[in-house]
Amino acid sequence: MSMTHQVEDDKLMVEMRGVNKWYGQFHVLKDVNLEVKKGERIVICGPSGSGKSTTIRCINRLEEHQKGDIIVDGTTLNNDLKNIETIRREVGMVFQHFNLFPHLTVLENCALAPIWVRKTPRDEAEEIAMKYLRRVKIEEQALKYPGQLSGGQQQRVAIARSLCMNPQIMLFDEPTSALDPEMIKEVLDVMVELADEGMTMICVTHEMGFAKTVADRVIFMDKGQIIEENEPHEFFNNPQSERTQAFLSQILNH
Amino acid sequence: MSDSAKVTDKLLPDLPPPANSTGFIGWMRMHLFSTPANALLTLFAAYLLYILMVPSINWALISADWIGDSRDACTSGGACWVFVYNRFDQFMYGFYPEVERWRIDITFVLLVVLAAWLMLPRMPKKGLVSFITLIIYPVVAFFLLYGGSFGLEVVETHKWGGMSLTLILAIVGIVAALPFGVLLALGRRSEMPIVKSICVVYIEFWRGVPLITVLFMASVMLPLFVPEEVDFDKLLRAMIGIVLFQSAYMAEVVRGGLQAIPKGQYEAAQALGLNYWKMMGLIVLPQALKLMIPGIVNTFIALFKDTSLVLIIGLFDILAIVQAGLSDPNWLGFSVEGYTFVALMFWVFCFGMSKYSQHLEKRFHTGHGAR
Ligand SMILES: Nc1ncnc2c1ncn2[C@@H]1O[C@H](COP(=O)(O)OP(=O)(O)OP(=O)(O)O)[C@@H](O)[C@H]1O
Ligand SMILES: [Mg+2]
Repeated sequence: MSMTHQVEDDKLMVEMRGVNKWYGQFHVLKDVNLEVKKGERIVICGPSGSGKSTTIRCINRLEEHQKGDIIVDGTTLNNDLKNIETIRREVGMVFQHFNLFPHLTVLENCALAPIWVRKTPRDEAEEIAMKYLRRVKIEEQALKYPGQLSGGQQQRVAIARSLCMNPQIMLFDEPTSALDPEMIKEVLDVMVELADEGMTMICVTHEMGFAKTVADRVIFMDKGQIIEENEPHEFFNNPQSERTQAFLSQILNH
Repeated sequence: MSDSAKVTDKLLPDLPPPANSTGFIGWMRMHLFSTPANALLTLFAAYLLYILMVPSINWALISADWIGDSRDACTSGGACWVFVYNRFDQFMYGFYPEVERWRIDITFVLLVVLAAWLMLPRMPKKGLVSFITLIIYPVVAFFLLYGGSFGLEVVETHKWGGMSLTLILAIVGIVAALPFGVLLALGRRSEMPIVKSICVVYIEFWRGVPLITVLFMASVMLPLFVPEEVDFDKLLRAMIGIVLFQSAYMAEVVRGGLQAIPKGQYEAAQALGLNYWKMMGLIVLPQALKLMIPGIVNTFIALFKDTSLVLIIGLFDILAIVQAGLSDPNWLGFSVEGYTFVALMFWVFCFGMSKYSQHLEKRFHTGHGAR
């Protein structure tokens, strides 16, 4: 863990209290409680279909929860569009399949939200875009279209695109699972660097190496519930619940 | 290096493909004469083509008469294109006064220039030109064609006609229908139940009635409902009918394009904080529009041909004006030439558009989504 890392104990960035969600009859999230402090790095893991994506997608209202409270950086999520927009400006998200805009260049992808959401003048927005593209080491591709880049490069652009909005929190939904093995590291490196700079991060990932070195807390979900929550060393060496043990033995044994 | 390793340091040169698989002979052998049955079919088809084509070409081109002042010039026994030749101006401009016809010419030349600017891949300032084309040009075109200001004489719409009227109807129909179509399609996909049902009802209603009834309603029924003093231009009524009708079709084309955009694009846009209209305008529609172009061209071709239906409400499009010419006592009996000419005019435009849309499809399929 880096030396500069600082968790501000008294500042909650995300607060989920008794969050429940249903898809029709199907109860996806069952009483999820989660508190994320400023500067904290959370890794969420769990079997497929356990509700990890749904949980983090509720934080920026890509999914609507039906019961409980979600408070992001002091703003309560409800049906008020203003609140939703405020929160989305402060929360960046990186998707498994990158979701870059294929009709725009890399630079335009990054400058779009600053221009249209933050009302930054175009040249200033492009400067910001270049700054973050440089940070993810891809500035020489700025004028290309996403389709001309490799998966790893696209994911780094997607991270830069989110950073251009200067978010308070970054959500990652399995950012490396659509990548070929040789590209995973370049994306993880960027994420580690981001963590070192003190970004509040919530990552759904199965990269246990990343969880061990970067996370402040690891959360294990199964069947829509948070089963176990611990700091990484304890979580991996001394898992409490049977389901966690079963899950860990499965993913660590190959 | 171990004995089992196989290594080559000799790069193989590029060789031309074997002779019999390429070239005209190779192509014929492969596609036309691959089996005895295939060869027989080929010969039969060639014979059919021969007995159909030779007399047609002979009639239309070889023993045809082209130039003259009256039917007396037609002596060769083939097609008498003299009829078309003499009335060509009328077929193009209708009853628009001869001295004012330059106004139609300028209107269309302007349109061609603007359209070419937008269609050619690497022209600058496309945003500005689109704005001019969609907002400024229609106003300019109206004043040019109708007149009434800037010292231009008023030309009543009942004098408009011929190919120019056909084009005006089709272009107005498609261009005005596009924005309505986009709104209807967005409405149909909306989560607001009232908006959604209004759009569904509208679309299904207009798609369920034939254009010919719409035109009848516009020309016969509408005047019954508006007070007599209100002189509602007949061409304007037809245009409104066509736009209402066409926007329903356009909505379905747009909906098809929207459905092809992956959910991830919406989510990425939302996650960045774009609101609904910005997400649609900046991310979804620009991508969907590319996919919609073939569909738009298709509906345009259909509408272009359907405009000939306006002849039943007394507007003289190209078909109606040729028909009118056919009943001229001096030119009785040249209906084959007349209708052939109409068909050819329609075909040239429709074929051109369909080729252009194929070209666009190819362009969008390559280049990784680059413009
Ligand atoms: N739009 C939807 N409608 C109905 N069911 C859904 C929908 N989205 C997700 N689900 C279901 O909800 C459950 C949780 O989905 P979620 O995507 O959150 O799982 P996950 O933990 O992220 O799994 P994975 O590791 O496969 O991404 C799954 O069983 C899924 O089938
Ligand atoms: Mg998931």
